This record gives sequence, C-alpha cells and structure tokens, in this order.
Amino acid sequence: MTRRAREALLGYALLVPSAIVFAWFFFYPLYRLFVMGLHQQNRTGTAERWVGWSHFGDVLGGEQFREGVRITGTYVLYTVPLGLVLGVLLAVAANRRLKGIKVFQMIFSSTIASSVAVASVIFVVLLNPQIGYFASVKMFSLSDPDTALRGVALSSVWQNLGLTFVIVLAGLQAVPDEVDEAATLDGYGPVRRFFRVTLPLISPTLMFLAVVLVIFALQAFAQADILTQGGPLGSTETLVWKIFNSQQPVDQGTGAVMAIGLFGITLVVSLAQFLILDRRVHYGN
Amino acid sequence: MATDLHQARWKKGAWYAGLGALALLVLFPVYMTIVRALSQPRAYVQAGQPPWPVHPEWDVFTRAFTDGDLGRKFLVSAVVTVCIVGGQLITATLAAYAFTFLQFPFRRLLFFVFMATLMLPIEVTLIPNVQTIRSLGWLNSYPGLITPFLATAFGTFLLRQGFRGIPRDLLDASQLDGFGHLAFLRRVAIPVTRPVVASFGVIAFLTAWNQYTWPRAVVTEGRWETIQIGLRTVATQTIDRNNVGFAAALLAALPILLLLIFLQRQLVRGLTTGAVKG
Amino acid sequence: MSEVAFDGVTKRFGDVTAVDQLTLSIRDGEFMVLLGPSGCGKTTALRMVAGLETVTEGTLRIGDRVVNDVEAKDRDVAMVFQSYALYPHVTVAKNIESPLVARRFDTGDGSPRKLTSAERAERVTEAAAALGLTDLLGRKPAALSGGQRQRVALARAMVARPAAFLMDEPLSNLDAKLRAQTRIELVELHERLATTFVYVTHDQVEAMTMADRIAVLSDGRLQQVGPPQAVYDRPHNLFVARFIGSPPMNTVPGTVVRSEGATSVRLGGQSIEVEGLAAEPLADGTEVIIGVRPEDLVVDAAGQVEAEVRAVEWLGHERLVVCDLAGHQITIRQAAGDDPVATGDVLPLTADPAKVHLFDPDTTERLN
Repeated sequence: MTRRAREALLGYALLVPSAIVFAWFFFYPLYRLFVMGLHQQNRTGTAERWVGWSHFGDVLGGEQFREGVRITGTYVLYTVPLGLVLGVLLAVAANRRLKGIKVFQMIFSSTIASSVAVASVIFVVLLNPQIGYFASVKMFSLSDPDTALRGVALSSVWQNLGLTFVIVLAGLQAVPDEVDEAATLDGYGPVRRFFRVTLPLISPTLMFLAVVLVIFALQAFAQADILTQGGPLGSTETLVWKIFNSQQPVDQGTGAVMAIGLFGITLVVSLAQFLILDRRVHYGN
Repeated sequence: MATDLHQARWKKGAWYAGLGALALLVLFPVYMTIVRALSQPRAYVQAGQPPWPVHPEWDVFTRAFTDGDLGRKFLVSAVVTVCIVGGQLITATLAAYAFTFLQFPFRRLLFFVFMATLMLPIEVTLIPNVQTIRSLGWLNSYPGLITPFLATAFGTFLLRQGFRGIPRDLLDASQLDGFGHLAFLRRVAIPVTRPVVASFGVIAFLTAWNQYTWPRAVVTEGRWETIQIGLRTVATQTIDRNNVGFAAALLAALPILLLLIFLQRQLVRGLTTGAVKG
Repeated sequence: MSEVAFDGVTKRFGDVTAVDQLTLSIRDGEFMVLLGPSGCGKTTALRMVAGLETVTEGTLRIGDRVVNDVEAKDRDVAMVFQSYALYPHVTVAKNIESPLVARRFDTGDGSPRKLTSAERAERVTEAAAALGLTDLLGRKPAALSGGQRQRVALARAMVARPAAFLMDEPLSNLDAKLRAQTRIELVELHERLATTFVYVTHDQVEAMTMADRIAVLSDGRLQQVGPPQAVYDRPHNLFVARFIGSPPMNTVPGTVVRSEGATSVRLGGQSIEVEGLAAEPLADGTEVIIGVRPEDLVVDAAGQVEAEVRAVEWLGHERLVVCDLAGHQITIRQAAGDDPVATGDVLPLTADPAKVHLFDPDTTERLN
C-alpha cells in the first residue's frame, strides 16, 4: 500500500468514532423526524398511516406551533437585550485597574457555576407564587399568564450574567489601551469615548454573544419545567416544552414537525452567526 | 492639585459603590437561597419571610444526602459527566488530528458535515433519539445518558484550532525520528496543546454536569435521576421540606463553582473562544 | 558509503513542477550546497532526500540503495530545519535523545536493535559536549537563545550518527554576527564528522564560504554544479551570472564585430576586447549579452569605453560607483582610496579581457 493510501486510511479510522455518534444521534434522527412528520400514529403506537407533506403545513401553520414560536420569540426579546445590557454594565464596571477588582470579577462571573436547573430553583425562592420573596411583585408574577414568562426570563438573564460578563470583559480587554488614550487626547469625554470608540470596537463580540443568547433562549425548557410547568394557562410553554411534551405516539408526528421548525429557526440563527464570524475573521487579516 | 486628588478619590469611591451594588444584584438570589436552605421552613414563613435565616438548621446540607438521596444523584451525575468528558476528549482529539495533520479524499466535506451537527441541538432531535434509546432498552441507564454525547463538533473545532498552531516541521522532525502519527499525537501534539485541551475539558465538564433536557427525557425512575433533574421536584415539594431542596440546589452548583475558582483561566478561555479574535 | 544521487528526479504538486528532471550526484563526505532563490525547488529536493516528500519520477539513491520507497526513519539521514523544529514541551536532553528512541541501530554486531537508555544517555552526553550544550541539557527550548537552539538542532541531528546531514537554511534565523561565527563552526563540524552534508540556502555568502561544491537551482532546474570559485569565475548562464556575486555582475547587450586581425564586442559606439573571442564560432554581427563583474572594471586613461558617473556609494573599505554606459546602468567596485570621482564625471573604463563573459540573449547560455 502506498504511503498516501495508508495516511488516508488512518485519517478515516480516526474519524470513525465521532462519525458513528454523529450518524446515530444527529443525522439519523433528523431523517426520522421527517418520516415521523409524514405519518400519523394511533394512540398506542401500534399502527400508523401516511399523512403526507400537508401535515407539515398544518402543524407549522397551526395554533400550537405558532403559540410556541410566539412564546419563544417573546422569551428571546425578554432575555437577550436585557442580558446584553447587564453584561456590558458589569464588564465596564469591572474593567478598571482598582484594588480588589479581581474579587468583583469573580463575583460577576460566579453565575457560570449555576446550571439552568439551579438557577430555576434559586428563582423559586424569589418568585414562587406561594413562597417566593418577591411573590407579590406584579411585574413578573408567575401566577399571572400575562407576566409569568417575564419571571421565567428573569431566571435566565441572571443565570447567563456570568457568561455574558466574561465574554464582554474579554472583548473589552482586547481593545488596545492606545485607542482609548488616543480618543482621550482627541478630547472625548468618558461617555462619548464609550459610545463612539469602545462600543463599536467590541460590537463583533456583542454580535457573537447575541447569537449565543438567542440560541440559548430558543432551547429554553428547564426554566419552564421547574418554575411553572408550562403554566399558568400554557403561557410559558416554549417550543422545546411543546416538543418535549409531544412524545406520546399520537402526538409524535406533530412534535416531529415542530422540531423541524425549531431546526429551521436554529439554522437561520446559526447561519447568521457564521456570516458574522466570517466577516470578523476578515477584519483580522 | 489637592482638589484633583480629592476628586479622584471621590470618583474611586463612587466606582466602588457601583461595583458593590452590582455585586449585591448578582449575589442576592444566591444569598436568599442560602437563607431559605438554612431556615426552619415553618418558622421562616411564620416570621414573615425575612432576608435572614430563621432558626438556622446547619445540618440541612447533610440531610440533603440522607433525606433527598442526593448521594445517588451525585454519583449518577459524576459517572455520566466523567464518561462524557473522557469520551469527547478521545473522539474529538482523534478527529481533530485527522483534520489537521492527515491528507485524505473528502477531508473538507467531512469537516463540514461534522460542523453541521452544531445546528442539530439535542432539543431538535429529542423525539427520535428517545425512541432510539427506548428501543435499545437504554432508558434509565448509563449508556442512555451518555452515548449521544460521545462526539462533539465544538470540541473537534477547538482542538483543531489548537493543533493548527503546531508547526508542520515538528511533525516532519518526529517522522524522521521514527515516530508515526499516533506517537506524534501522544508525544507532541497533545502535550503542546495542553492549554486548549484543558479549556475544552473544563467546558465539556460544565456542559455535561449541567445538562437537563436529555436526562429528563430518558430517565423515568428516581434511581437514575441526575442531580440536575433531581432539582425539579423542589418547586412541587411541600413547604415543610423544601429547605432540603434548596440546599441540594446549592450543592449541585458546588463542583462547577470549584472549577470556576481553581480552573478559572481554562474556563474563561474556553467560554470566550470565538467571541474575541486572537 | 553515503553518496546521495538524484537521477532524473521530478517532483510535482498537482500542476506545479517543483523539481524538474534533477540529476545530481553528491559525493560521500562532500559539503554540497543547493543554492537558489525561494521557490526554486531546493527545499523540495532536500525533503525528498529526507523522505518527507515522495519522488514523482526518477530515482533517488542514498549509498547504494534506491530510497524512493524507503520511509524517512529508515534512510539514515538527519535534518536540521530552518525553524529548528525543537519540541517545545521537553528539555534539551529529551530533544537530542528523540532520534534514538524509536529507531533501531546497528551497534556493530550486524543486527539492528533499539538502544538501551544507558546507551542513549551516553550518546546525548557526547553530542551535547561536542556542541557545548552540557550545561543546558535540563532547559526547555523557550529558555534558550537563538544560537543555542540552533546548536540543539545540530546535536539532535548528530546523535544518531547519520550517513548524511540535511540542512534547510539553518542559519537564517540567526543575527549577522552569529551567522558568520556559525558558518565557521559548521565547516569545522563537517571536517570532524567527515559525513555528507546537503545544505540548502538562498544566501550566496553561505554557499561560497562553506561548500565543497555548489548546485545552483532555478525554477526547479539545475543550472550549474561546481566548486564555488569555479561557478563564480565561469557562470554557465545568465541566471547564475546574475545570482552569484554582490553587487551582481553588470550585463549589457552588445554585438560581435569581426574585422581582419581583430575581433571585439561593440556596445554603443565603443568596443571591448574579449580574450579568445577570435577562436569562438561567433559570426560578425551576433547579438550577445556582455557580462563584467563590478570589481573587474577599472578606471584607466586608456580605457576603451566611457561611462558617466550617476552616484557614488561609500561602504567604508570600498565604494560602488554607479554609472551610465550607453543607456545601461552599471556598477564599478573600487577601493576607498582610489582617485576620487564625482557625479557627472565621465570615466574611461577598461576590463581585463580574460574576465569578460558573453551570453546568448535568447538561450541565456554562456558563449565564450
């Protein structure tokens, strides 16, 4: 065997372990989603009949999916802008050469340690309608269908603070001191310096972060599962919550199509991310 | 001069005050959880839910293990996390090596296919994957909790970035020294990229430990609950016992908190990959 | 026996031919320098000897063995890389030891075997001592200076006692002073080891000072092989003429003029004597390129040609006079103490007829 053939063979061999997992748990299920979406099962899963592509239209245009998209979209709007603003605030505050600043940086990044589930339990303490410390605050009351999603979103914003802070701080620290010094020499005050110089320079980082937070929000499930169980009156049933609760044979076709819908949305967001990253790489060259 | 100095000191003080307020905002939810975990539940409610502990019971953290079966949940989480991290390190290292140092037909296409899995989060493929696990009889089992996560596009990408920083000459020198590719991987590529490997390992640990949706879907028996899905019951527990649940939540975050304290550099580098160029 | 022989060796990368029909025999124990500009194929040729690139066509021999299909580790050669390619995460000692760990060596009883750790340690000590690295064995490469790293790379090459040393621009990462010093050390090392050295460089000074023979390459093709002085004195073509020598040889177009009794070369309205030209088979009116090295042009009141001074560059011990000769720029090298010249002067020039080179303008080959 030639050296080249041996090298190629080794290459494929090294890819095999990953390839098996990807085929088995990423690409095969994607195919299965389409198959499921094209069939309707009976209640016990013992029989199925072909329902065809029109089923996709029915589900994606249907009340349940639209409601899921609306709730998830609202969730994105609640979590992403607020998360970004707070992250920038924390990072700007902690990006100073002050004594003890490391302690504050540690505190600000500390919510990284909390999982979605832990954050949700912590917000049970704060927002639970019976026992929550802020249960009486109407603005994000978990017992009111109009405000429950805000309460759930709040737990996400808090949970992501650490990550947001760490990423924005890294972005700020990558801004060369000379740039800020030059702007100072040009007579810019601190506020103008921030909005005219610093913010544009870290905007690629913020774009990246925005995409990450959007994807997190699209996948929101545990928060609703723990804090509200989707309630009250289904007002916190995110897309993933609906997919998760469509596992009975009779619902599977619908769940599969909704999952494909979620895939489509994720795809669009991820492509946006790639385009942004791609552009940034060009800045660097 | 004196007024300047005075002003600078005043400014500094204001900055510290701002930092303190923000720190309070971040820590207050945790503080309240600690308060609730420590307080005797009924007494706390009767006292009007004050922001300090009422009748603190310090043994609540040990009771989380005895009453809440936290030990078993920790064990399940630990086994699952260690297996996933170990498995991902192996599969991602091998794949990243192939994509960096080996020439073979369809290399670019295969890399693209690998990266495409980033667009397929477990939330999307949940329903068919649960079916797969069920048909294998793997509900409520380690294989069911672990297998779907034994490969990672993110890790492959990260390690490939690391490997690309290794000068090609090192591979040539190693071949002249009589070492094959696997020896080069073990003797040179991995040791030289240790910081990247460590960053990825820390991120993989964090992600695996914090997982919720998948274990929630493939675990139906309490015995197989990971610590994260074990927390689910807290909200629905009776008020008498929920202090144990809050203590459990704090304990669940402890391993990652330790990671954050002792491996902060690796963790931050891993998290900020792709966010900041250079 | 460690002769290295290329026989019609070609290397193609896709559509690009990096080395084209190279036939070159490097003698046992010879210090051969492959010289050429970047992209000329010299490094590819070296890497083929090392076994890091496959041979597309032709045969490559080391000693009496055809090595086209022999793996790098079994070729009994060592390489010093331009970047040194030291393993950054292990000590100097481990770096030097590396070639001894996996390979098998014939220790005298005829059957190759792996060395024991004691044998390895002994060889490392010996190589380190030979290059003055004994005190650095415990350090990592990052803690070494550029010159020290370079010596570690040499020690790593020596330690396996290879039949041939391959060096790819090993001095290019050193500063000028260290480079001059190391040139001398490399020549001494070559004498001490009495092994074949194949040395790749684009630096003609390195080639001239160290080589037993130089092989000049351009565009993947061998242009000329020979001892440095021979290549300098009689370049086979225009490329070699212009590539070797600094400042480069002056080249201006001219025409052969034959009249009864006298044959010369004319440029502009002036004529130059060329030794032995009468005997060359060059017809009257043949277009040629005339080449004269800057140091072979002399200001002489009886000079055959006149050139106008455009600039004078002082270099301390000498000066370069840049002149216009019939519309072409030429350079004259003079000692600093020669008669002063100034911009605008018209200098009568003469050249030793034995040191005038003629080239064919079409084929670029030497004519005399």
